[in-house]
Amino acid sequence: MGDDGELVDRLRAGDEAAFVVLVDKYHAPMVRFAATFVPSRAVAEEVAQEAWLGVVRGIAKFEGRSSLRTWLFSIVANCGRRAGTREHRETPVDIRDGPVVPEERFGRHGEWTSPPVPWADDAVERIAAGQVLGRLKECFAALPEAQRQAVLLRDLEGLPSAEVCGVLGITEGNLRVLLHRGRARIRNMAEVELGRS
Amino acid sequence: MWIRRRAIVCRQAVELVTAYLEDALSTRDRIRFESHLAACPHCSEYLDQMRQTLSIIGRIEPEALEPEARTELVALYRRWQED
Repeated sequence: MGDDGELVDRLRAGDEAAFVVLVDKYHAPMVRFAATFVPSRAVAEEVAQEAWLGVVRGIAKFEGRSSLRTWLFSIVANCGRRAGTREHRETPVDIRDGPVVPEERFGRHGEWTSPPVPWADDAVERIAAGQVLGRLKECFAALPEAQRQAVLLRDLEGLPSAEVCGVLGITEGNLRVLLHRGRARIRNMAEVELGRS
Repeated sequence: MWIRRRAIVCRQAVELVTAYLEDALSTRDRIRFESHLAACPHCSEYLDQMRQTLSIIGRIEPEALEPEARTELVALYRRWQED
């Protein structure tokens, strides 16, 4: 936020160089987030572009109560929702509850009968380096929209939960359900991948 | 919460992992969860794997900004400034 405060002031004053610095810093994550609302990368670029227009027009009113990054994501979310509707995308709210580890892995007393396969000590390095990372990315991309948005903002972008809730317009309880399901799916997939190697 | 007063079992523990990592459990439930972990290597493994998974996905970078997109945005910025 420190650096951004100065950039915000300069952008308010119409400083093009500040705009370019912000684009270099935030456009790629904005497109990635926009892509969770619309069907293609091309449309996501348009959404991010529209969001930048919102930023330039709205910067005078930005009060700095959230970080600039969170404010940018909120604008992308608004533009993304509108675009998603235009593209006739279904946006089912997927806040179901239910076990994230299949029931058949537990015995009669709720104890593991098929426990997690232990990972090797260097699992993280192997995952990060190899094709497992590619599979993790695919798994992330295949999450239902609401789970993908939650995991993206909380775990990939590292936003505080309260700010994620603000951007997505959901409660902390709903955010936890979405994270719980999304993260479990990705871990389950990693377990399968690493069990093979 | 739905946990009964007695000790929790693995099936319940795995469902508490997110609330635990998000620091959203009550003190009582956190203590119960942690006592279960202390006695259960499998659930500890599950929690460890979840932490590792989060650390890995936290490193996924967005696709880099393309030069054309940047040029286009700067052009748009100039047009917006003129409006």
